[in-house]
Amino acid sequence: MQFFRLLKYAGKYKKYLILCPLVMIGEVVMEMMLPTLTATLIDKIIPESAASGNISRVLLYGGLMLLMSMISMGFGMAGSRLSALGGMGYSRNLRQAIFEKVQHYSFKNIDKFSTASLVTRLTTDVNQTQNVVMMLVRMAVRSPLMMVMAMIMAFRMNSSLMPILAVAAPILLCAIIFIMSKAFPRFQIMMKKYDALNASVQENLIAIRVVKAFVRASHEKEKFEASADDVTATQRAAERIVIWNGPIMQILMNGCIIALLWLGGGQIIGGTMQLGALSSFIQYVMQILMSLMMLSFLFVSFVMARASINRICEVLDEEPDIVNPENPETEVKDGSIVFDHVGFSYSGDESNLVLEDANFTIKSGETIGIIGGTGSAKTTLVSLIPRLYDVTCGRILVGGKDVRDYDMHALRDQVAMVLQKNVLFSGSIKDNLRWGNEHATDEEIVAACKASAADDFVRAFPDGYDMDLGQGGVNVSGGQKQRLCIARALLKKPRIIIFDDATSAVDTATDARIRQALRSHMPETTKIIIAQRITSVMDADRIIVLNDGQVTDIGTHDELMQRSEIYKEVYTSQQKGVA
Amino acid sequence: MPPRGPMRAPAKPKNAKDTFKRLLDLMKEYRTRLLLVVLCIIATTGISSLTTYMLQPVYATIGQLAEEYALTGVAPALNGLITLLSTMAILYLVSVSCTYFQNRTMMMVSTSVLNRVRKKMFDHMEDLPIRYFDQRTHGEIMSRYTNDTDTLREFFASTFPQAVNSLLSICFALFFMLRLSGWLTLLVILLMPLMMMITKTIGARSGKNFVAQQKAVGALNGYIEETIEGQRVVQVFCHEEKAMEEFEKRNEAVRIAGTRAHTFASLLGPIMNNLSHCNYVLVTLVGVIMIIVGKNNPDSIFALEIATLLAFLPMIRQFSQPISNLAQQFNTVMLALAGAERVFELMDEPVETDEGYVTLVNAKKDEKGNIVETEERTGMWAWKHPHKADGTVTYTELKGDVVFEDVTFGYVPEKTVLHNISLYAKPGQKIAFVGSTGAGKTTITNLINRFYDIQGGKIRYDGINIQKIKKDDLRRSLAMVLQDTHLFTGTVRDNIRYGKLDATDEEIERAAKIANADFFIRHLPQGYDTMLTGDGANLSQGQRQLLAIARAAVADPPVLILDEATSSIDTRTELLIERGMDALMHGRTVFVIAHRLSTVRNSQAIMVLENGHIIERGDHDSLIAQQGKYYQLYTGMFELS
Repeated sequence: MQFFRLLKYAGKYKKYLILCPLVMIGEVVMEMMLPTLTATLIDKIIPESAASGNISRVLLYGGLMLLMSMISMGFGMAGSRLSALGGMGYSRNLRQAIFEKVQHYSFKNIDKFSTASLVTRLTTDVNQTQNVVMMLVRMAVRSPLMMVMAMIMAFRMNSSLMPILAVAAPILLCAIIFIMSKAFPRFQIMMKKYDALNASVQENLIAIRVVKAFVRASHEKEKFEASADDVTATQRAAERIVIWNGPIMQILMNGCIIALLWLGGGQIIGGTMQLGALSSFIQYVMQILMSLMMLSFLFVSFVMARASINRICEVLDEEPDIVNPENPETEVKDGSIVFDHVGFSYSGDESNLVLEDANFTIKSGETIGIIGGTGSAKTTLVSLIPRLYDVTCGRILVGGKDVRDYDMHALRDQVAMVLQKNVLFSGSIKDNLRWGNEHATDEEIVAACKASAADDFVRAFPDGYDMDLGQGGVNVSGGQKQRLCIARALLKKPRIIIFDDATSAVDTATDARIRQALRSHMPETTKIIIAQRITSVMDADRIIVLNDGQVTDIGTHDELMQRSEIYKEVYTSQQKGVA
Repeated sequence: MPPRGPMRAPAKPKNAKDTFKRLLDLMKEYRTRLLLVVLCIIATTGISSLTTYMLQPVYATIGQLAEEYALTGVAPALNGLITLLSTMAILYLVSVSCTYFQNRTMMMVSTSVLNRVRKKMFDHMEDLPIRYFDQRTHGEIMSRYTNDTDTLREFFASTFPQAVNSLLSICFALFFMLRLSGWLTLLVILLMPLMMMITKTIGARSGKNFVAQQKAVGALNGYIEETIEGQRVVQVFCHEEKAMEEFEKRNEAVRIAGTRAHTFASLLGPIMNNLSHCNYVLVTLVGVIMIIVGKNNPDSIFALEIATLLAFLPMIRQFSQPISNLAQQFNTVMLALAGAERVFELMDEPVETDEGYVTLVNAKKDEKGNIVETEERTGMWAWKHPHKADGTVTYTELKGDVVFEDVTFGYVPEKTVLHNISLYAKPGQKIAFVGSTGAGKTTITNLINRFYDIQGGKIRYDGINIQKIKKDDLRRSLAMVLQDTHLFTGTVRDNIRYGKLDATDEEIERAAKIANADFFIRHLPQGYDTMLTGDGANLSQGQRQLLAIARAAVADPPVLILDEATSSIDTRTELLIERGMDALMHGRTVFVIAHRLSTVRNSQAIMVLENGHIIERGDHDSLIAQQGKYYQLYTGMFELS
């Protein structure tokens, strides 16, 4: 079972998870003794004491029972503490394990799960299993034990009344299982509808401008109403079954009481049983039925958590497909890059390559532009250099060595990449920039920002470099964000730096200033620039023209203007009317 | 069962009384049914106490019969016992039916109320001004649909009937306990303050700890979201170790806070449970002593029968259980009230006001060339302008003539972002706005469709002040293509049809062809019927923009606003759709915002914006000749290289 597999993540908190059920045993044993003692007190001690006029035995029994309740309370409280310690410790370790696993994922692994689903697994799903564990350690032993003990006590008290239980218990069990198994799939349908409803609200929030601009509020309202009615209908279908739980439970319990009173009453009249015993016997039967109910709920919540458990296991089972080699190279000699007949496909299928036979050499310190339409594999091509993905065929050399021979951190430290979909993190601007280099001095940070044309606007913020960016860097505009991301990469002082459409939201003049600064500040560094705007790449040493996953041409601006149709088209489409 | 927030902190509603009143208002419509429910609860709780009370005569009868049998040796008549037990059985049956009826009614009522709350909330939300959405995060609004409505659901479906149940149970149990034995009742009541005190102290501690836990969980979840969202950046910067360290710190904080919170929360159960055991034991002890006293001295005021004690013992639970439940139910009620308050808050937000009275109608020209209103779709539209002063109605043909006169605007009154903007866009003209980020380009277009209202100056549309035009009609006469394209769950066809709900399939395909989207759509697995989910996550940014253009094309309005509409389409594709775009723009007034020169250069007028002022205006050639800001923006690189 997946669930028990996950339990091993409890680690050093395992002791609490084991101790808790043991303590629960103590509580149950004490609790189960009480009705028997009451029966003895009433049926035996009362006549004796009444005859002797001495109530010392009554007091003794009473004191004993009080003591037992206190001990039971102590055990119960200890159980609460232990289950909290164990459950929270377990979820802590499980979360940590998932998070660490994700940290070791390659891009390919991340592509497989969506961001939102990874977040759900780390939050909601972990919570679900934690709740089940906490309930389990407290109830999984307590309820069955309570049931068994109550049965033993009741049997010892009066075995002839047990058949009533033998009828009632299976009926109850069957009824609950029937109800749950009917209701469970209906609840699942309801949850799906409910998710769809929320998704449509979310959609409206994101696209509120579109809704308003096209005057579609009433259309959206209609859609939402249908969706809401759907949720209501499915919810009713599910709950209509569940509401039978209470009445069935009541019928059985009350039926047992009447039967016991009748049959037990007969035995009392016949002199084979006493009043105190009957009263206690009824209590035991009630407890047995209650534990049965508890057990079936436990089972249901266990089943319901199964989806969460499976989702967690999926993350833990996903093996990072890029790992360090055995004796990794730790030093990247220079910024030269060789693509040696490289092919790549996201699925690893050689017959369906998104990048085909890329074959070229980049010298250390060169500035390379890459141009090509949407979907021409520009991003794919550069992602292979810092080994974010592994090539499907061929090989890539950086500093003269295959990228697969390097220690991954060493390689990525030397190959900086400014991603197209970039993010900043909460914390100050300075904190964010230090991602590039933890030990960067303030001067270095300012220098990097000057080079990326960020210094001016950063200084204009009230707190300057100490301004808090908010979660996901929401406090700066798109263009500002891109410039900060560039500064962050510059601070690494890498041998190779890759800009993947990193200045799309920056205006042309600023873009040009940044490129100028790069050239003068990092002459040694190989610079690769992917851009939509031809002005961003036309002054590069060489430009790679990509089309449909193929390198169609490499050359300087002037050369390409001479011979590359595609390049010329792009150029004229953008430059008409400028000169 | 629907999910519950596993770690919910108790929240205090700001104005519990009014909110509660409004909640009751919501339930008003179901008055009769709720009354029946309350009657059912009275019946079930009453019967539950009554049948327990009846154990006394049952046990007493059994005891008496046993004594008779022991004395006489003759089997006694069981009539009395049979009557008692059959009464009990009938009562039980009534109670069970009531329980079912109550459950079922509450289920129907609670789902109906919830359904109505959801719809009301959504209806209202759709009518709120853009400003409302600017000021709040999506998560904040979403939580009203999820967490807050969930607490409401819990309130209607379980807390409300349970609380009524608890209150009534206490009353009934107390009544019958008093009837059984005043002394024992006194003993039970004496222990109550202790139980209540413990409940209160632990409840308060647990509440405080849950708040602390919630804070820690919030910090952890924020970190998770951010890091996972930026996972690729984390790896590019080799930041994994750091991330794990930071995560561990926050994770440990959650563990510590969570352990405390859960300890307190789960302490209440065993404490109350065992306290009621103690209570039970004490009553048994005292009861037994009283019985013994009674045996030796039947006339003593302390005398007690065994049957009475045996009926009293189960009654204790029926009394103390609801008391400890009430504490918890009170918390849930507070939670529901806090949730309801947030729901009502949304419903109370003032909706987008619209004093406009000029409407858009289908029109045609009569023989004399006058514009008259018509029912049919003529393709010709006119503004119907009723004049209040003399009661006459004039019709103005919809052309797309837009004039800004000295317009001043700020998102907040203190901070003006547009200063004295004046411009004229004749029907069929293309007006472009350029300028750096934050210069106010998008703001201008948001004023034309009245997402925001201007603070000074006037905007005229076909000569009519846009304040006078009904907002829906105004917006219907404009189409927007935004930089961030938003798609809806549904097929590609549905998404294009968004521009014009009654568009035929041919119209849709024609529009897609204009936008050059037809080609890629046909390559999708199901062509035009391919389902798009998650804001069109399976399409590239460029493809999404093409769809947005198609959507505008099918709407076919006289005025078009393109806000960075082609920024994600590569220039070669843009070249391909240029003809389509030209076709789309032909004969329309177009407002274009673009970074790219290619998109704006053939505009009749280009406005260069800086800090909310128009600093240059003119056509492309004249602006280039001026060698001003426009020239700099687009030719910066020639100077540098």
